[in-house]
Amino acid sequence: MSILEATHQRTRQAVVSLDSVSKRYGTGADALLALDKVSLSVGKGEFVCLLGASGCGKSTLLSLVAGLDRISGGTLDTGGRAVSLMFQEAALFPWLSVAGNVELPLRLRGIPRATRRERAEQLLEIVRLKGFGHKRPHELSGGMRQRVALARALAQDADILLMDEPFGALDAMTRDILHDELERIWREQELTVLFVTHNVREAVRLGDRVILLSSRPGRVIEDFPVTHQRPRRIDSPEVAGQAAEITDRLRAEVARHAG
Amino acid sequence: MQAEIPTQAPDQRTESDRAADRVTGLDALELAGKGEQSALGKRIWRSAWPKLLAVAIVVVAWQAVVWAEWKPAYVLPGPATVFEDLGSLITTGDFWDGVRLTMTRAVTGFALAVLIGTIVGAAVSRFAPLRAAIGSLITGLQTMPSIMWFPLAILLFQISESAIMFVVVIGAAPSVANGLISGIDYVPRTWLRVGQVLGMTGFAKYRHLILPASLPSFISGLKQGWAFSWRSLMAGELLVIVPGALSIGVRMQQARDLNESSLVISFIIVVLVIGILIDLLFNAADNALRKRWGLTGS
Repeated sequence: MSILEATHQRTRQAVVSLDSVSKRYGTGADALLALDKVSLSVGKGEFVCLLGASGCGKSTLLSLVAGLDRISGGTLDTGGRAVSLMFQEAALFPWLSVAGNVELPLRLRGIPRATRRERAEQLLEIVRLKGFGHKRPHELSGGMRQRVALARALAQDADILLMDEPFGALDAMTRDILHDELERIWREQELTVLFVTHNVREAVRLGDRVILLSSRPGRVIEDFPVTHQRPRRIDSPEVAGQAAEITDRLRAEVARHAG
Repeated sequence: MQAEIPTQAPDQRTESDRAADRVTGLDALELAGKGEQSALGKRIWRSAWPKLLAVAIVVVAWQAVVWAEWKPAYVLPGPATVFEDLGSLITTGDFWDGVRLTMTRAVTGFALAVLIGTIVGAAVSRFAPLRAAIGSLITGLQTMPSIMWFPLAILLFQISESAIMFVVVIGAAPSVANGLISGIDYVPRTWLRVGQVLGMTGFAKYRHLILPASLPSFISGLKQGWAFSWRSLMAGELLVIVPGALSIGVRMQQARDLNESSLVISFIIVVLVIGILIDLLFNAADNALRKRWGLTGS
């Protein structure tokens, strides 16, 4: 298949590779097949977007890669690399200050206080929240909270950053600005990102590749390379054009479930 | 200063500066209007006037009953007489010795109840078999009127401080345990997932996630536990009169024995006021937490 060829042709070293990964919930007749023989790989420093309608198992896939859940079949390899995961909710802990939240992963690793402080300050500066460390999470706006969550994820020093619709709950303006921010941080910090969304334009705006998944069960339908020059604008004709092409493919997939 | 010559400004700024401006500008816009608060005096008045009004209503109703001469004045004295007696009561050192004794018992009993309740609550929420066995028992214990325990307590510990403590603890500990258990049960799923992502397990998970997350529910458990222990203590002081210990309850019994209605009512007021003051303390702790966590309405 062309998808597999495309995957194997990638020159970059794969940091995440899934080979015929299946995920089943439950057993027997009631078992739900969430993912069916999904094969994909993400190269080092690559930004890959996973796109699909409801029930395509996007979030399941991230949980598997993050090691929060076990695969039912196939092989999944992250080469023992540290993985971090961000959700739609920032899910910051209200009993900690903003800096305290960012420091938490460092604290759990037993890093001394002074080092922790310094590192948290750096990370907050990276997400442009310098000077907000003493605030409480609820004192920040949704977009700011999501950036704190990003700083917390970066504090894990993970090579792989998984993002599960991280901007889904934000308004368009905030999302647009956070796209720029995420792109900048991804480039500066040399991250490998696997980004789940149901927003086609967002996927084309951000990804090096957009992988389209089918629904119930989730399978890889197509792997679209996105080659437009960065930084891109979500409203540029190139992004809109490719998004339209992918949307058509997605619509056809959704229509398949009509019967 | 640069704003006065806008035509020049854009050239000197890089795209990255502008990106930074967009972010900080958006943040400033979104934070505007947050954190407004009315003056302290206004807030105190707003929370105080309904309470003052309540006191006024009670006093007026009480005076009306006295004027109606439903009972003779030596059995049901009017507010003026009682407040006068109360005034002279609280200026005696003897009275404060009684308060000190009662409060020492209350605090000791409550502290013990918190200790035991916390240990039991943590154990029950951690081990599933314990939970099935003890979980409903705890709720059952909560519905027991504490006065039912005194006969047994007296048989077990005779007329002693221990008998009172036993009942206070058994009355309050279930509430404390329940508060902790429900707090642990209702830790939001997203927080648990974050804990998983951050690799929290075992003790670290309790220390950094479960215990702090269950704090609001634990505090309401404490508050309820205090109410139960205070009630049990008052019942205990009336029933279990330890020789030589002149607690509030004992003094109240003495006043009744001497037919001093006014003094009995004074002690009722004292117990009520102490109860309200402690409740205010718990509410303050609860409010401080809610504010810190951003759980306040609006």
